[in-house]
Amino acid sequence: MSQELSQFSQDLEKSFAGNSYSYKFENHVIFTDTKNLLSVMARLKDEFGFNMLLDICGVDNSKRPVSEWTHGIRFESVYHLLNMDKNERIRVRVPVNVEGGEIVPSVMPFWKGADWFELEAWDMFGISYLGRKKERLLTHHEFVGHPLRKDYAADHNQPLSESSEIFFEADPAISEDDARKREWINIGPSHPATHGTLRIMAEIEGEVIKRSKLEIGYLHRCFEKMTENHLYNQVIPYTDRLNYCSSPMNNIGWCKAIEDMMGIEIPDRAKALRMVLAELSRVIDHLVCIGAGAVDLGALTTIFFCLEQREKVYELFEKLCGARLTVSLTRIGGMAQELPVGWVTDCLEVVKIISKNIEVVDGLLTKNKIYTLRTKVAPVSAADAIAWGYTGPCLRASGVNYDIRKNNPYYFYNDVDFEIPIGQDGTPFDRYLVRMEEMRQSLRIVTQVLNNLPSGPYQSLDKRVCIPPKREVYTNIEGLMNHFMLIMKGVRPAVGEIYSATEAANGELGFYVISDGGPNPYRVKVRPPCFAIYQSFNEVVHNQMIADAVAELGSMNIIAGELDR
Amino acid sequence: MSTNKRLVSALASRSEEDFALDRLVVTTKADSFLEWAKRWGQSNSLWPFPFGTACCAIEYMAVVGPKYDASRFGAEVVRFSPRQSDLMIIAGTITEKQAPVLRRIYDQMADPKWVIAMGACASSGGFYRAYHVVQGVSRDIPVDIYIPGCPPTPEAVLQGIMQIQDRIKKGVSAYGDSVVAAEAKAAKAAAMLKASSN
Repeated sequence: MSQELSQFSQDLEKSFAGNSYSYKFENHVIFTDTKNLLSVMARLKDEFGFNMLLDICGVDNSKRPVSEWTHGIRFESVYHLLNMDKNERIRVRVPVNVEGGEIVPSVMPFWKGADWFELEAWDMFGISYLGRKKERLLTHHEFVGHPLRKDYAADHNQPLSESSEIFFEADPAISEDDARKREWINIGPSHPATHGTLRIMAEIEGEVIKRSKLEIGYLHRCFEKMTENHLYNQVIPYTDRLNYCSSPMNNIGWCKAIEDMMGIEIPDRAKALRMVLAELSRVIDHLVCIGAGAVDLGALTTIFFCLEQREKVYELFEKLCGARLTVSLTRIGGMAQELPVGWVTDCLEVVKIISKNIEVVDGLLTKNKIYTLRTKVAPVSAADAIAWGYTGPCLRASGVNYDIRKNNPYYFYNDVDFEIPIGQDGTPFDRYLVRMEEMRQSLRIVTQVLNNLPSGPYQSLDKRVCIPPKREVYTNIEGLMNHFMLIMKGVRPAVGEIYSATEAANGELGFYVISDGGPNPYRVKVRPPCFAIYQSFNEVVHNQMIADAVAELGSMNIIAGELDR
Repeated sequence: MSTNKRLVSALASRSEEDFALDRLVVTTKADSFLEWAKRWGQSNSLWPFPFGTACCAIEYMAVVGPKYDASRFGAEVVRFSPRQSDLMIIAGTITEKQAPVLRRIYDQMADPKWVIAMGACASSGGFYRAYHVVQGVSRDIPVDIYIPGCPPTPEAVLQGIMQIQDRIKKGVSAYGDSVVAAEAKAAKAAAMLKASSN
């Protein structure tokens, strides 16, 4: 494995001799410039099989010493690509002279999924992409300035006077008579099917959607700006509120990124507990998705069964930490606390009950004629899914066998026995089936891990991240100093950057973290799975009925906290 | 509007005997008895509009779900049309982009109406001291009850609903107060205008 990896590495290095190449934290890194960007991307895609675009983000270097800026340029546009066969990730960094009016070529011809990521980079940093509109994506349309630049104050609010009006430009492809048949409707943001924070503007002919526009950002809570003002451990509660249906997974993703960056190996018990929490939260996330999706289609009974099961998992979380939803259970270097007495037995009991009751949900929906007819619509092909950057259940429902837990196993996913369900044609019904099966597999994992739970400490003993036991603090000077330094100065990873990904309930949850050696992260970019999925919505619902769009939306499982951050 | 004026005036004329149904002898006027019966009915058949935007909305789902069951308080008929509801539950963070939507929906609700700000974000912006987050919805609309927590437990939300019921029985609402305040302000302005023209 390592030889193959290094072979791949060597090939990359040879091929991109003109650009500085490096390999760190399991990420390949290439520097290039705006002139060569497209040729580099083309070669990466065709020769090296980087077929999925994971993320595009901007970076503002102005608070770093000028000597560390690439070619003395303040802004960077950073791309993350994924090779799904070899499971390699590469980062392409492109310095952009924004003040000098430099424009970055758009990578839309290679990956459709670059769409919103490029808009976001303009919104947040003012980096322009060739041929792309300069539209606000996350902030509102009266917003002035680019909030993630270092010179924008985090608490500088700009109130909005009025929402934007629904508007479609005249469609040149149709005649005037046809144009008269069309009308505009506005769905959301306060609409039961859009779950409060999504807005769909549609141009319809009868019941059929001819054109549509999405407006997001109604829950843009500035996660990335907030992280820049908080200590590494203080970011954990913010990550809870990204995908709030499965908070522990976000905690784990964040902590894993920082641990990988600092080279900390967490104890076996912490790894096992994280797996248990991750799989339990995957179950409740899928339950809410299926239940809420069914409510949107008029099946009200299902959600009560789903919520009842979810309540049981919340009780487990409550026993563990006192909170139900926003748990903040992990810390950098391990878990926040030890399990209470009897928790494992309770958990195994709950797993049994849920496994039984999932079959009730299955009985309510899988062979329900109305449900199947309404959800077997709007298929998404595997090629489209990859081009848009789908991950997670939506990608697997399109028939692509990719799951980070299998392809690049972290923790003990290699040692447990579970299977990855695959769908056929990517309809909402396939996604539902994939989610149902994933829940069963997750419960299998939980049972296996709990039956073989390793003993030992729940936190790493690494002095850089974990407070020593009180006994040490009170009796020995070294312990006292360690405690003092951690409390006063916080966790401080060395200068560097990492992209670390975990398989969350919605797909690949990536954290791109840049550290300048200080107590706060210099820049954090979340790669939210449903952001990439939701940008395809316009294309997927084109020429579909409005009612089908609702089914599609429910099955995509868009969580606004994660979408808008 | 007129209903609310009645509510406010009923509050002023309220006396202990008016509500003493638990005694055997009821001495009251038909008018105030009807007012009492109306408030009693209103307080036990709240139709909430869940303005759910974020994590609190997920917890609100638990409140109307099987275990906590808001229907025990008559508040389970969740309406997504502001025209049909009389209690707005703001569950989640309100951003600058969302604020005009919130204002418009609040204006669309028929009076009498009550508002619960559920959770830290709706009450004060919570730990998001950030450029795109409204620092408390009371900037935009009058709020009756603030429920602390991030998110609040379902028990806390139920207590909030019970406090709204109390407010209804007493005939108090933040909306009514805001109407009275607005009228007083208008009257004062008119008086000043008159004085200055004299």
